[in-house]
Amino acid sequence: MATGAAANRSSGLEMSVLIIEAGRTEGQYWRDLWRYRELFFFFAWRDMLVRYKQTVVGISWSLIRPLLTMAVLTFVFGKLGKMPSGGAPYPLLVFCGMLPWLFFSTAIMESGNSLVSNSNMISKVYFPRLTITASTVMTSLVDFLISSVFLAGMMIWYRVMPPPGVVLLPFFVLLVFAASLGAGVWIAALMVKYRDFRFIVPFIVQFGLYISPVGFQSSVVPERYRLIYALNPMVGIIDGFRWCLLGASSSIYAPGIAIAAIGVLILLLSGIWYFRRTERTFADVI
Amino acid sequence: MLMSSRMSSSSPDNAIVIEGLGKRYEIGRNRASNDGLRHAIEEAIRAPLAWAKRRRDEKRRSTEFWALRGVSLNIKEGEVVGIVGRNGAGKSTLLKVLSRITEPTEGRIRINGRIASLLEVGTGFHQELTGRENIFLNGAILGMTRAEIIRKFDEIVAFSEVEEFLDTPVKHYSSGMYVRLAFAVAAHLDPEILIVDEVLAVGDTGFQKKCLGKMGSFAQSGRTVLFVSHNVDAVRSLCQRAVWVKDGRIQKDGEVGEVIDSYQSSFSVDHALSCTSPNCRLTITKVTLRDESERECSVFAPGDNLTVEVSYTAEERIQRPIIALGVQGVNGACFTSNMLLDGHRPEYIEGEGRILCTFRAIPLLPQDYSIKLRVQAANSAEVIIPYQDVAFFSVAGDLAEYGYRGEFLRFARHSTPVVVPYVWRLPDGTTAAVSLSRSAEIAECIGPRNGGLT
Repeated sequence: MATGAAANRSSGLEMSVLIIEAGRTEGQYWRDLWRYRELFFFFAWRDMLVRYKQTVVGISWSLIRPLLTMAVLTFVFGKLGKMPSGGAPYPLLVFCGMLPWLFFSTAIMESGNSLVSNSNMISKVYFPRLTITASTVMTSLVDFLISSVFLAGMMIWYRVMPPPGVVLLPFFVLLVFAASLGAGVWIAALMVKYRDFRFIVPFIVQFGLYISPVGFQSSVVPERYRLIYALNPMVGIIDGFRWCLLGASSSIYAPGIAIAAIGVLILLLSGIWYFRRTERTFADVI
Repeated sequence: MLMSSRMSSSSPDNAIVIEGLGKRYEIGRNRASNDGLRHAIEEAIRAPLAWAKRRRDEKRRSTEFWALRGVSLNIKEGEVVGIVGRNGAGKSTLLKVLSRITEPTEGRIRINGRIASLLEVGTGFHQELTGRENIFLNGAILGMTRAEIIRKFDEIVAFSEVEEFLDTPVKHYSSGMYVRLAFAVAAHLDPEILIVDEVLAVGDTGFQKKCLGKMGSFAQSGRTVLFVSHNVDAVRSLCQRAVWVKDGRIQKDGEVGEVIDSYQSSFSVDHALSCTSPNCRLTITKVTLRDESERECSVFAPGDNLTVEVSYTAEERIQRPIIALGVQGVNGACFTSNMLLDGHRPEYIEGEGRILCTFRAIPLLPQDYSIKLRVQAANSAEVIIPYQDVAFFSVAGDLAEYGYRGEFLRFARHSTPVVVPYVWRLPDGTTAAVSLSRSAEIAECIGPRNGGLT
């Protein structure tokens, strides 16, 4: 059935024809998503404004958290565990790994809750729901950028020059963004129906910190397990970040990156598919 | 394909064409996943083992419920249509489907023109943000572009009358200010088709008039309005046409006066009740519900006075009859006025007459109710008129106005209906009074949105 915004001009106003029926076609949705693109920024802006309201140190929290985590991980893995750093200062190694990890973990926590915490809006007004979830990932990206500036400062302090591979960094940023969005939309959509995920997500985040090479290099994993280890897409992403920023001191495992890229793509596409499939009943279930 | 060819032949001046619309809910399944935290913990513990079993159980438990079925409606461009119906008749579902909040299960709607719907005032307002920030946020949520909001900003502020508090977080606003600001944003949406739900039930009378005026001018400018309200007078004065929705179907559609009359008369049992016993002949000719100003009424606000007027014809004198009235909610009896207990019985009734009973400040949550009546003879053994429904009414209103602000407010329909005024005394020394009464003293105590704890 033809669905669409057949535009014809009448009395100076843009006339649009909207057809609503069961199993609304996809075309309309993506057009709407474009039409509501400003709302996406408004949500991100709102979350940013609200995030540190009534906190004493405000936006500094986006630095304190990674700094303290870095200190602990450096102490545990570097000092106590005596893990190899491949020549780079250990705190730098940890911070490079934490940058994508913290982005990913905050993004999935916040976006997982995004639909449920905006349930009032969802049951009262129409807009493509993807905007809410995507905007929370966007908000986490801002924290990520603030931490990145700090990392740049740290690199100057340790006099570490990024290798030429740094030009590939945007690719890995894109990859971690896609991974966060993919996991975020999955969890957000599942959370609407199964609040169980409220408990599962913190568990994933806690667990993930140890099974991803955040506090150590993935090269400490024995060669024969590398391929299995790479099935966690964060492994490829974190390796990529280190390779781009610290260069030769960090080894790169090419198949790992490829697996991560493919995995992220699957995660994102399937996430959007599931989100779209369940979105039409959000207002009924939430 | 057949359908689409028919659609295209429909005349171009139809703003909204609804064909065979239906919306089905599966009740059991909804409930299973929506029971809050305790349930979630339970689920989280049991989930790995019980997953398969639960899914099976859910399937068995879930029952289908058609909130709307076979609704067809044509609304012409420039028409102002009121939609009336009792709570749960399907009005809200219809609006939700029209506003694309939820998808229909069957049928099809064709909308010609830019549509905006206003199901709630202040959707998406954030307590921590200032008035200014909320204007932008709310505007964007309602579908305005940033440029549009900037253009209309001054108008919105002027309409809301909150200029001086524009940079104060809205959590410090009084409920009146909050509603004014929220409506101001919504009132400056500029669609060709506007869908409004119960918006006028909020705010003080002065502001309600202003909102009605705004809606009226909107309608007069030739735009299409779909207006859902419990306020029958507002529907009468704003609309030319009304649609009465009952049990998910269109019961009546036509000229506003006609539809509203038959809708209102559905609130009283129209057939006269006659005595079943041969040795006394009593007929209850009519039971009418009236509001404070003595007008016939079927929708009351929480805290209103409700008068039940029972008209009767007693063909022979009945000595000291015992009359009992009961207010019955969907979940059971709420309260009664029973002469058997209070003892205020008439000496006798004879011929035509009326007995009135006023329930003062009904402490009822917005739900549907019925009035039950029983008449017994003097010796109280013989029942002249057995206990039965004689009239129906709804309670409607925005609980936020009464200081309610809980997370589960939208489930107030499932609560026990009677709210006796109560006061919380919290460990930190704050007290909070809660009441469905409109008395000034309580209102002051509950006061502004966040000043409930005084």
